[in-house]
Amino acid sequence: MTEHQGIESGELSDFRKGVADWIKHNTPADPGFLLPQTFMEVGSEQVLSFLREWQHKVWSSGYLGMAWPKEYGGGGMPRIFQQIADEEMKKARVPICFNVIGLGWAGPLIIDTGTDFEKETYLKGILSGEDIWCQGFSEPNHGSDLGSIQTRAERDDNEYIINGSKIWTTMGNYAKYMILLARTDSQAERRYNGLSFFLAPMDAKGITTSPIQKLTGDYGFTETFFDDVRIPASCLMGEEGHGWRIAMQTLQYERGAEAGAAGGVAILSTVMNDLLRIAKDVQRDGEPLMQDPVTRDNLVKFLIEEQALYLAENRVKIPALCADYPNSVALSTKLRGTEFFRRMRQYALTLQGASSALYVGDEDAVEGGFWQRAYMNNFSTTIGGGTSQIQANIIGEHVLGLPKD
Amino acid sequence: MTRTANLSIEFSDEQAMILASAKDFCRDKSDINAVRALLKSDTGFNSDVWNEMIALGWTGLYLPEQHGGSEMGIGATIPLVESMGRHLLSTPFISSTIAAQAIMRGGSEEQQAKWLPALAKGAIGTMALLDNEDWGATDTSCLLSTEGNNFTLQGKKLLVNDAAVADFFVVLTKYQDSIALVVVEATQLANNAISNRTLVDETKRAANVDFTGVTIESAAILAKGAEILPDVRLIGALLIAAEATGCAAAALDTVVDYLTTRKQFGRLIGSYQSLKHPTVEILIQMDSARTLIYHAATLIGDGKLSEDTEIACRMAKAQAAEALSFAGDRAVQFHGGMGFTYDCDAMLYIRRAQWSQHQYGDPQHHRKLLASLLLD
Repeated sequence: MTEHQGIESGELSDFRKGVADWIKHNTPADPGFLLPQTFMEVGSEQVLSFLREWQHKVWSSGYLGMAWPKEYGGGGMPRIFQQIADEEMKKARVPICFNVIGLGWAGPLIIDTGTDFEKETYLKGILSGEDIWCQGFSEPNHGSDLGSIQTRAERDDNEYIINGSKIWTTMGNYAKYMILLARTDSQAERRYNGLSFFLAPMDAKGITTSPIQKLTGDYGFTETFFDDVRIPASCLMGEEGHGWRIAMQTLQYERGAEAGAAGGVAILSTVMNDLLRIAKDVQRDGEPLMQDPVTRDNLVKFLIEEQALYLAENRVKIPALCADYPNSVALSTKLRGTEFFRRMRQYALTLQGASSALYVGDEDAVEGGFWQRAYMNNFSTTIGGGTSQIQANIIGEHVLGLPKD
Repeated sequence: MTRTANLSIEFSDEQAMILASAKDFCRDKSDINAVRALLKSDTGFNSDVWNEMIALGWTGLYLPEQHGGSEMGIGATIPLVESMGRHLLSTPFISSTIAAQAIMRGGSEEQQAKWLPALAKGAIGTMALLDNEDWGATDTSCLLSTEGNNFTLQGKKLLVNDAAVADFFVVLTKYQDSIALVVVEATQLANNAISNRTLVDETKRAANVDFTGVTIESAAILAKGAEILPDVRLIGALLIAAEATGCAAAALDTVVDYLTTRKQFGRLIGSYQSLKHPTVEILIQMDSARTLIYHAATLIGDGKLSEDTEIACRMAKAQAAEALSFAGDRAVQFHGGMGFTYDCDAMLYIRRAQWSQHQYGDPQHHRKLLASLLLD
């Protein structure tokens, strides 16, 4: 690579070496339990404290929030440094920086649109891992249809009184703050105009959380109940009635369309090379599985899909190759990526023969049952953040101009 | 077994200009009425349009400057061919480009000097490769034998594209147990040597060609024919992939057009998710093919193709053929009763899909070879 915005390429490669060296000396030893691939899998105190310690170490060593403002705990450096640090951490498959809602969504939102007070209050704790953030958008009866949420926030002097419930609150039982979308005006002409956005404290009286057991048997989400919860009016972000716009901006961060995240590894992705590793020594019909022509054809189909997926990230940087269907690659990234991983992980189970029956906790499970759990956990990405079916609607309507249903 | 994927994709301003002008040209010269008007014609193409393409320098785009080309590399033809596919603009361009690549890569200095300037000026060449239905065959029963200073061919080639209008053929043959490529001029063929075939894709033309009895001089045997043949096949696969990708986008446009105008049960049919979601799938499959063809175009150079380039070309062809097959198939279905008629343009795409599928190897052929490259 040549110079990057006035930074000498030598400086960048030295930096990269420094990160790799730091990783080598600081990656924690195997804790003896399966670590989460995503922040949606933090289901026990044991896992939480391990990840909290790790994130604090990454941040205090200067490899997290590198491009965030210095006065709020960041490094004040050009983004390229964080990108390099992230690349090296991903490559080394270090544990995730788990405070993703803070690092990836709430933090960038506060930096981009927050007041000085909000920046002062929240940013540093997000980076250090001290303050865990959660998100209160979805409700039991309103998953993909966010515009219809019913949790109310009524203004009462210097406070808002919150009543209602939220669901799929990741780390709701551990979080200190929530980005909360609630209805402040039930009479608004357009239902979107009645919504407001809050940075709400989770220790307020009247908030209770109830952990949800996932299909994997683990925990990681809660249902969160608000019973006459009083929070200071200063928790309102922006203006009353602007909640929908702010929530949509937050979803942009969530879907990866905007830069600004603090960095760190958010997801330990599984790539085809990992899958090929487990297929290598498997026998089927008395022969090595890797000699079976049908298996080979299937594996190559996945490899082509993976290659096209990763290449697309580079194609979007070339405007001339995106002119025909503007935004098609950007808007379809979530759908393509999450569905690819779901099918790929599902397929991985078929490569284990009889061993595919073994689950996390069985000493003979392939790679500790990682694949069985990873396949089922993958539904959090094809359902959360707008289901694949909703994503297909968005692409159909916004890229191809098809009518709404 | 664990290999690091090459993820490079680049596109110069010059290539962007070629793409923009190719888009305009193909749209202007090849609207759907023009395409349909040529379906029953003898040659399958409009010679005025072909002459304009020659005048624009397209036939010399990738040829060396010393032979009348502009030396931009074969990758520069990808935007052209994609645009041709997008508007079903058929000319001998693809056939001729592959034959020219064979001579450029496999010919001696003298052979290049003899053929390339003519190709730049629009002479039509084509490859004569197939003995039978097998694109993956590595042997041929078309034999070259010698008697004194003369070499004589014995054998027939199947499905030679644009054979009826070709000025010369690059023929896959075998001489003393070794594979060779030889150049045969159309004037050397016996009467009735060309027998046109009835193709599923009425925008294309191909014929069986009998080379039996044709005598050639040693100067017509390409110097490095056997060595460069695998690369020529890969280039063929990539060009077909680019054309198929453009065609899949055309099929998508046709579907979207219908879904946004046709009403049933009081609603535009594009509002039904059972139609909307598979249409998005066409977009995604086409987009993947597009990413892969421009990745291959980025890697491909004038020298021997690298393993990464081979992987890129094979992936591009496999993906593009699958994408177009899906797009053509759904285009017919989503037009309902109308889709079952010859008047509906979906017919053009489903037929092209069947043609593109096998050209220079079908998806399974390429995936099988990719498996050896990626899994072993």
